[in-house]
Amino acid sequence: MADYNMMEMMISVASRELENGATVGVGTGAPCAAAMLAQKMASPELIIMFEAGGISPELPEMPISVGDSRTFHKALMAGSMGDIMESCSRGFVDYTFLGGAQIDMYGNLNSTVIGDHANPKVRLPGSGGANDFASFCWRMMVMTPQDARRFVEKVDFMTTPGWLEGGDSRAESGLPLDAGPYKIITNMAVMDFEPVSKRMRIISVNPGYSLQDIQDNCGFELLKADKIVETQAPTEEELRILREEVDPYGYVIGR
Amino acid sequence: MEILDQGKGELFVDPDPDKLRGFFRGKNRKLIDKCMTLKDAVDKFVNNGDYLGIGGFGANRTPIAACHEILRQGKKNLGFAGHTATHDMQILSAGEAYDRIDVAYVVGLEARGLSSCSRKYLESGKVKITEWTNYSLTVRLQAAAMGVPYLPARNIMGTDTFNYSAAKMAECPFTGKKLALLPALSPDVSFIHVHEADMYGNARFKGIATSDIDLAKASKRLIITCERLISNDEIRRDPSSTKIPYFLVDAVCEVPYGAYPGTMPYEYFSDEEHIKEWMSTEKDPDAFKEFLDRNIYNVKDNDGYIMENGGLKKMQKLRRKEFLFKEED
Repeated sequence: MADYNMMEMMISVASRELENGATVGVGTGAPCAAAMLAQKMASPELIIMFEAGGISPELPEMPISVGDSRTFHKALMAGSMGDIMESCSRGFVDYTFLGGAQIDMYGNLNSTVIGDHANPKVRLPGSGGANDFASFCWRMMVMTPQDARRFVEKVDFMTTPGWLEGGDSRAESGLPLDAGPYKIITNMAVMDFEPVSKRMRIISVNPGYSLQDIQDNCGFELLKADKIVETQAPTEEELRILREEVDPYGYVIGR
Repeated sequence: MEILDQGKGELFVDPDPDKLRGFFRGKNRKLIDKCMTLKDAVDKFVNNGDYLGIGGFGANRTPIAACHEILRQGKKNLGFAGHTATHDMQILSAGEAYDRIDVAYVVGLEARGLSSCSRKYLESGKVKITEWTNYSLTVRLQAAAMGVPYLPARNIMGTDTFNYSAAKMAECPFTGKKLALLPALSPDVSFIHVHEADMYGNARFKGIATSDIDLAKASKRLIITCERLISNDEIRRDPSSTKIPYFLVDAVCEVPYGAYPGTMPYEYFSDEEHIKEWMSTEKDPDAFKEFLDRNIYNVKDNDGYIMENGGLKKMQKLRRKEFLFKEED
């Protein structure tokens, strides 16, 4: 078995979700690496969009900012934030990857404050474009380490919508219909959401981990799919491309 | 219209479009020379207490030199649109220049990490905070640009971001769907950094627009900082390239490297070493004070700042980086 680290695992798994010809709204870091890896593997015609206006760049290296020059290097269009977010709002964007300091069982994310809003323990950046992407893109995914401090019963602040309170609550909220959290990819497992309750559910377990490990590192009860498979580890080819072409300086994969 | 729900955040700017029209009625439409130094522009057009808009996105095509000048002149009690505000916010936080903020993205510098200076200032209790999202602020600027009091959108509903915003929710009269109503945002004064402008304020930039076209239209007063002044003949030779027309503009300041240490597309890439220095130095109050004196308070203008940080040689190196030249260093 190939030797790989947690970031390489999550990025490889995430990249396989992005089919050829789809559109994906990404930020810097791991999401961008996953999209770049997908383009170099099975999805050369994956269209990458950056919220500040870059549409379908040929990324020469990992961007530092979602608005730096690389995000529209040899792009199809250097547009505006309105161009991107309006496309999302009209239903043109299939996927997005988001993250946060906290996530709950419905995939709601917190990136605003730890503690009370008026008197926070830690002030975090806020939504940025996360709430917008999660409101509009058809399928929202999260890549994050599995950790009970991160996977919490209740987020301190719901910055970004998942399935809200579960059930039909998102459909009733006014957010666009049929869009929402799709997969949660961690170093230990891949989760989806049970279709009726909209609760997070384990669908595959990463090599080297057990169902117990996953539950022990989660602050709420996870559902389990009827059939749980083992997650495919990163292949030699994925690792080579990731290390040599996508992130040669190890900014994201840390090598 | 029945209001179904509303956020409890404070609305910092009056969205009344007739007041904005009244202001614009009095704005000079003549083609006059608006060139001045950045120092004079900040002195003349930024008042304590104004609501401030800063163009660009993150540290990209962002008018950093203007932020420095705001600190040098000790402007205070500003309102601020934190629309992916990164290094600009770090500077304005260092000077405690604002006391209320519409937050979309703040405190962080994207992949570079969090700014302890921005974070401490927001956690200090000295700043009133209303939450939004990047697209919400874009839509709010767009509403002001259109001369309407609000625009509907389908984001932010169902979340605490809505609960701590100043948005309202209502039912669509055509479809019955719920909509978030986002109030117009017209800053008192904004700065936008561009590649080229003529003396009247006709301005061009290259690369992504972020939300700058709407910001330009929405702002009561607008100061353009540019890498280069160009002739009016050049503007008229290629009118399709004009992104911001002169009548929106109050002052034109030629400030080469005015987005440094951020990126200016097709000109220079960001100076990551210097930004790292900011982020490490700001953790130590004494070192940070000395750092701010050396880079901002004790230099006369942006030229002084550039000279303090490697001068033309450094700028040439960042230009090679922008164009992806490989080099040993």
